Amino acid sequence: MASKAIHAYYDDDDVLMLAVKKVKAAKHHIEEVYCPFPVHGLDKAMGLAPTRIAITSFIYGCIGLSVATLMMNYIMIEDWPQDIGGKPSFSYIENMPAFVPIMFELTVFFAAHLMVITFYMRSRLWPFKKAENPDVRTTDDHFLMEIDIHGNEKELKDLLLDTGAVEINIVEKTSH
Amino acid sequence: MYTFSNKLKIGSFILMALGILGIAIGFISAPSTVEEAKAIVASHGDGHGDAHGAVEAYGAVAEGHGDAVEAHGEEHDSSHDEHLLHQLQNKPWAALYVAAFFFFMIALGVLAFYAIQRAAQAGWSPLLFRVMEGITAYIVPGGIIVFVILVLSVLHMNHLFVWMDADVVAHDRLLQGKAGYLNPTFFLIRAAIFLAGWMFYREYSRKLSLRQDESNDNANFKLNFKWSAAFLVFYLVSESIMSWDWIMSVDPHWFSTLFGWYVFASMFVSGITVIAMVTVYLKSRGYLPDVNNSHIHDLAKFMFGISIFWTYLWFSQFMLIWYSNIPEEVTYYVTRIADYRLPFFGMIVMNFLFPVLLLMNSDFKRMNWFVVLTGIVILGGHYMDIFNMIMPSTVGDQWFIGIPEIGAVLFFAGLFIFWVFRALSTAPLQPKRNPFIEESRHFHY
Repeated sequence: MASKAIHAYYDDDDVLMLAVKKVKAAKHHIEEVYCPFPVHGLDKAMGLAPTRIAITSFIYGCIGLSVATLMMNYIMIEDWPQDIGGKPSFSYIENMPAFVPIMFELTVFFAAHLMVITFYMRSRLWPFKKAENPDVRTTDDHFLMEIDIHGNEKELKDLLLDTGAVEINIVEKTSH
Repeated sequence: MYTFSNKLKIGSFILMALGILGIAIGFISAPSTVEEAKAIVASHGDGHGDAHGAVEAYGAVAEGHGDAVEAHGEEHDSSHDEHLLHQLQNKPWAALYVAAFFFFMIALGVLAFYAIQRAAQAGWSPLLFRVMEGITAYIVPGGIIVFVILVLSVLHMNHLFVWMDADVVAHDRLLQGKAGYLNPTFFLIRAAIFLAGWMFYREYSRKLSLRQDESNDNANFKLNFKWSAAFLVFYLVSESIMSWDWIMSVDPHWFSTLFGWYVFASMFVSGITVIAMVTVYLKSRGYLPDVNNSHIHDLAKFMFGISIFWTYLWFSQFMLIWYSNIPEEVTYYVTRIADYRLPFFGMIVMNFLFPVLLLMNSDFKRMNWFVVLTGIVILGGHYMDIFNMIMPSTVGDQWFIGIPEIGAVLFFAGLFIFWVFRALSTAPLQPKRNPFIEESRHFHY
């Protein structure tokens, strides 16, 4: 891992997009891009792999559906099959319409909440987490591209200035 | 400009010819006397034995509402035979009516979708407006055919609508109470007004749409926007009443408040499915060069979403009635579960499970063959939906998907294809100066 990195600042998302494409074309690895808001198409330009969070959500939904079904089947049919208002509790399928609202809600509940928690864990977000923000301006109106320096400082600087960077800093990397 | 391919034209004629043959066989083989009816049932064996008990129980409950209970007793046998005869005579008519309404409903669903796209000023869909206008062209012949069937019912050519029979009404206090609404004259007047309203909007909007291409300002577009918004108000009211009239009234002892929405969901999802399928077909023939897989993706999203919406309404209606189990409401589902178990629950698989699992994946929604495959299942499922609405109260446990039913579907499918693709060939497939056409051409999701 390189000990020094170059920070290039941009003040427009269109310029940033072009810069990302140029840097990619020059075969440099972009370590990170910090933006104040989502820039449409940035992930594609950087060549990031598509997210798999929808797949996890589908699996969580299936788990929720199973939990609801097993729970209602155990409570209402197996453990104590009472006659409540004439509802047929002889088998799960006979009384199923009454369980569907619960099955639906638990499917949604599991799919939504577990997916959100997955997102937090994968993006390493939690309360009291130390902010990993290299420059406060990137949360307001500046975009920052971080590239590691492997002894090619001069060349990188020229390339980034060429892409319309408004400011370029060389920083010592602190590991986090 | 689209040219109607000869292959498709010949194919639609073959479908229509086969269909007429099937319909004719259905009418010829329908019994005209009680003896013939008994012979037909006897030749089918005892397969219906169990189901029959349930229907008689249902009949007893239904008649119990009126004052017809005294008709039972020693006359029961002959009244039962009479009932059987009417059911068998209804079979070809019901088959015709289900198919006629199904294809009409597709065109009407597309018209509602089209009006929503215009009123919402959607940026992605103007490229598909001509496809939608082509499909809605079927409203005119389809609506006229449905209206003719309704007129023939009023003229007592069939027994589809039991409240049209003066003898029945004379013995049924419930129907007497509803006679202020359910009477043949008012029924036909309502149908005529609704059909006239839908046809007017379709023709006028189409005219404005074509005129917009030739004009040099956006006046036609704006006028079309206003008419579309107004049409949606009219459509919501008329569609709801239409569903009570044309569908719910085959079961005049039963009522449900969300029925209009339920029928709407069915026609809406069938309509969107047909838009997607026609678009995929035309694109595969190279007629819609600017349509990309994002347009298909959007249509598939609508198919997916509205399929779930339909299921939501189906389940809400079913669960509320099942849960409270009030005898006068629940007979509707008792007959369906007793006599129509496979079509009744099979359509949930076709209309819900299948599209939900197949169209959930974003990549699958962009694949033509996936959309077409799911579309075929959805259309089959919604045919079964209409079948399940009409058949139990018109033919009861005598239902079968045989020559008359398939014949009617083939005939109307042929007519639909012929009319729609003929209409598609009358105007360029891409609107020229719709204000949103550039956005639509570059639509990307």
